[in-house]
Parts: sequence; C-alpha cells; structure tokens
Amino acid sequence: MKKITSPFEIQVLANDIRKDIIKTLAQAGSGHSAGALGLADIFTALYFNLLNHDPQNPNWEERDRLFLSNGHVCPALYAVLANAGYFPKKELKTMRKLSSRLQGHPVRESLPGLESTSGPLGSGLAQAAGYAYGAKMDNKRFRVYAITSDAEHQEGNHWEAVLFAAKYKLNNLTSFVDRNFIQISGSTEEIMPLEPLKAKYEAFLWNVIEIDGNNVSQIFESVEKARKETQKPTVIIANTIPGKGVPFMEGRFEWHGKSPTNEEAEAAIKALDKA
Amino acid sequence: MLNQKQFLSPHIFTKSLETLSNRDGYGQGLVLAGEHDPNIVVLAADLSDSTKASLFKEKFPTRFIEVGVAEQALATIGSGMASYGKIPFLNSYAIFSPGRNWEQIRTTICLNNVPVKIIGSHAGITVGPDGGSSQALEDIALMRTLPNMIVVVPADSQEAQKATQEIAKNQKPTYLRLTRMATPVFTTPKTPFTIGKAEVLWESRDPKVAIIGCGHLVYEALKAAKSLSESRIGSIVINNHTIKPLDEQTIIRAAKTTGCIVTIEDHQVNGGLGSVVAETLAKNFPTPIEMIGIEDKFGESGDPKELLEKYKLTAKYIIQTAKKVIKRKNNW
Repeated sequence: MKKITSPFEIQVLANDIRKDIIKTLAQAGSGHSAGALGLADIFTALYFNLLNHDPQNPNWEERDRLFLSNGHVCPALYAVLANAGYFPKKELKTMRKLSSRLQGHPVRESLPGLESTSGPLGSGLAQAAGYAYGAKMDNKRFRVYAITSDAEHQEGNHWEAVLFAAKYKLNNLTSFVDRNFIQISGSTEEIMPLEPLKAKYEAFLWNVIEIDGNNVSQIFESVEKARKETQKPTVIIANTIPGKGVPFMEGRFEWHGKSPTNEEAEAAIKALDKA
Repeated sequence: MLNQKQFLSPHIFTKSLETLSNRDGYGQGLVLAGEHDPNIVVLAADLSDSTKASLFKEKFPTRFIEVGVAEQALATIGSGMASYGKIPFLNSYAIFSPGRNWEQIRTTICLNNVPVKIIGSHAGITVGPDGGSSQALEDIALMRTLPNMIVVVPADSQEAQKATQEIAKNQKPTYLRLTRMATPVFTTPKTPFTIGKAEVLWESRDPKVAIIGCGHLVYEALKAAKSLSESRIGSIVINNHTIKPLDEQTIIRAAKTTGCIVTIEDHQVNGGLGSVVAETLAKNFPTPIEMIGIEDKFGESGDPKELLEKYKLTAKYIIQTAKKVIKRKNNW
C-alpha cells in the first residue's frame, strides 16, 4: 500500500485513530483504553509506513509480520487495520459483540491481518521469535515485529523468548516494549519493578534502543536502526503516555482495563479534536 | 481369539516377544517423517536424548532447535514456527509439556489452530523411581478437552513409529503420549493404524465383555483376554489408540455386542480413557463400565512393575474386573 512518509501526517492520522479507538471502546462498553491510546502512534507508523504489507492481500508471502503480544490493546490494532483497508471501518462498532470478527482479544483465524491469537500475557515475543527463526532457516527477507507491554515482562515465558532470540541471533526480529509504567492494579514499579529495563535487555545481549514512543520521527529512526542490525534481535523500549491525548486518562492506571462511558467518550473526542 | 486381520506378532504370548520403549519407535518415526517432509523441525527442551529426539538431531542438525529448560517457550516458539509454515515436534516429558505449558498450548497452538506436535514422553506411573512429581497422570485429560487437538496414545514402539509418521501429516495440533518403560512390541509393520480408528485386536465367538485400552496396557488386556478365554469367558479387546477424535462407532458396537465394558489406562480415570468411553456410552448406549487406572491419587517411587502391581494395572486385575462387570451386567 502507499506509504505516508511525513511523520507529521502520521501523527495527525494517529490522532484520528485515537478517536476511532475511543468510539470503538465506548460502543463495546468494555475493554482497555490506556494502552491502546498510548500505542496509537506506533501502530500508525508501522501500518502506514514501516511495514511492508498489502491490505488487499493479507496473506502476501513477503509481507512483514506483526505479532501483538499484549492482545488487550487490540482496539488500536483494529482501528489501524480498518483505516488501512483490511476490513470496513463500520465493523469497529461490533468489537466484543456476539459474532464479531473483532474479538475482545485478537483471534488469528477470525480476522484478516492478524498473525496470532493473544490475550494471556508473555507469549507473543516467543511466537514472533519462532516465526523469525523459521523465516531465517529459509532465508526469507521479510521482518518480524512484536508489540509487547511492559507489565508482561513479569511473565517468565517472555524472558525465555528473550534468551532464545539472543542465542539464535534473530536480527530479523524487532520487539517494541510499550513502556507506559502502568498495569491493571497500579504502577509497574510498585507491583513488580522492571527497572533497569534497558540494562536487563543489554545483559541479555539484545540491541537496545530507547525512544519516545509517541514521537513518530523517533519511531521511524529506531526501526531503521533495527533493520541495519546484523547480529542481534532489537528491542525498542518505547516510552509512551498511557491514555495519550485524553487529559483525564493520561498517566492513570485506572484506565488500563476500562472503557469510556458515552459522556466520557464525547469529552475525549473533544480533547482529541483540539490536539 | 486374535483378530488375524491385525497381523499381530506371531510371538505375542511368548517369552521371545521383544520389548522396547515406545519412545524408540517415536525416534525412528521422527527420522522417517523428517525424510519425507523437509518442513518438519524438532524442538527440544534439554531432553533430546531421553525423548529420542536426538535421532532426528543427528540426521538433520539444521532442523533441530534447542530451546533450553523452558517449556512455555517450547510451546510458543513452536506455535510461531508453525504459523510460519514449519511442522514443529516439541519434545519434553509429559509432566512439563503439556503439564507446565497448558495455557500456551491452548491459546497459541489450539486457538491459533496451527499444526504443532506435542510429544509428551515419560508419561504414566511407569516412569517409576523418579516418583510422583515426575509421573504425568493427567495429560490425556488436559489435552483432550482442548478444541482442535488430536490425542494419540500408541500401544507399543511399532505403533508409536506409525503414529509419528501419521501425525506429521495431519495438519492439526496433536498430542502424542509416550512412555519410558520397555513394553512388549506386539504389533507389526503390517498392523493397521489410522488416526481416529480403534482396532479390534481380539474377538471371541461369543464375547461377554469388551476391554478397551490405550497405551502399553493394551498388551495386558490381550493377556487377560487369553486367560479369560481359557476359563471359557469370551471377550473383545480394543486398542483405542486415538482418544480424540474418538472412534465412537467401534466402541458403541462393542457395547452392543457384549453389554459391558472394562477400560484400562496408565492415567487418571478422571478425564482419561475411562471417562471418554463412559461419556460416549452414556449418550449412545448406556452400559455397565468398570474403569481401571489411577484413581484420583499421585504416584510414588518404585520399580515400574511394582507400581503396576500396586496400582492394579495388570492382566490379573483386568480379569477380576471383567468378571465383576459381567456380574453387574447380569443383574442390570
């Protein structure tokens, strides 16, 4: 598909996508707001510039693959996929409803454009790593991306995959960490501290890049750097603001697992209109 | 009498019958499957020698992937490789895989619906001296409740080899249950094997009871049938190697023919073969059933043969139980 090259235009589109996320969550009446809004810039940058993919041909063999590990942020992925043309935008209204292709957490076989089924935390990086390993065996040129949350770094399964990807030098793998410092019951650093996260990945022999995950230019640059890495898998620790763009949600863990009411959604969209 | 169409070993009830662990047949089957299909890859969680995955490793080193002692990664990396297009065989002990990584198998293999093969070696109480923490007695129950999953429990090494080659081709998530103890190899290369088709190995002229088994205890069922026939009690013995999808027809037919059933397995009867058979017959043809297996207990250390005796998993107990269920049928 045609790529949007201007970071500013991506940023503007991401803001529109935030509105779709808010509307989708309000319609659903349940779901996860904060992470989805925080990741809107990364998802938009990926699907409108960085990934090689074709919404008209979702199974195109040479496409880049994206594994969403923290499946609960799927409203962001669904909104981006709809905007990219994978399915009609009006279908966003059906999320979390009976018979919808937009399940509460993504189910691979139910919707074109999904590479995996997720929800239970800590398993996405390993799937991406397995995929990347298989692709490397066959000298495939496409790249494999994973999106992970910070709190899922409390899962053992995730670190098993971190070891694996380093051992096998999966330089075709790029993993984002949505470093927003919140999880469902509070701050990551109070519940189970992850810092120093950068040093941990360095000690595990990954190529580590840290960015402002709400800054599209930095997202572009980091992915470009990851593509050039010849030995190691790359982790992009993306510092994001949970609830980004909606003042009453920003930085508040209470919005991790909650959807806005209709009134809250209206207020949120007004705020996004001004952004 | 033995069903001639099954081509069982001519040495079946003699001392010269060979014994092997069914992991041996698995290892050989894996190499054969690997020769047939270049997409087959083998993942090990540090147990490649004892699971016999090492045979594949020697032959196809670039298609062998060590993931370390990390069974959750074993399942999820396997899922990713299968999504890509490989056919991964995951090797560990059943207590760890599918024991430890059940949720990963559920979400990333079954709900994802990708053709990963989970090989649970060293299942059952016959692991022996390692004791209760090592003896997977619940793995069939764990796997058979998962949508999309196929569950196969081969009866001997020869059947394990065939099963391995078959599951490599079935394009479905599949669990293959293996045991460590050397047990009689009573089937032959000519013995039929189809996933989802139970085989009648023994059928007397006027059978009074059907004995349905899976895994290495099918041989004990055959010994029991022979002994029962010597006391003029006819029986049917079914090798129900596929727990899921179940060959309901063969089981219902046996129930209709005999009117009573004994099941036998090296696994908890809760959720295992006994449950599977009972569920099917309750729905289709209610019949008195006695279930032999582990009865809601953990295992313990001991020689496998001592454990089989202590937990009443031998021909002697099948005979006693068969007589008991025939009596129940007659008072039904």
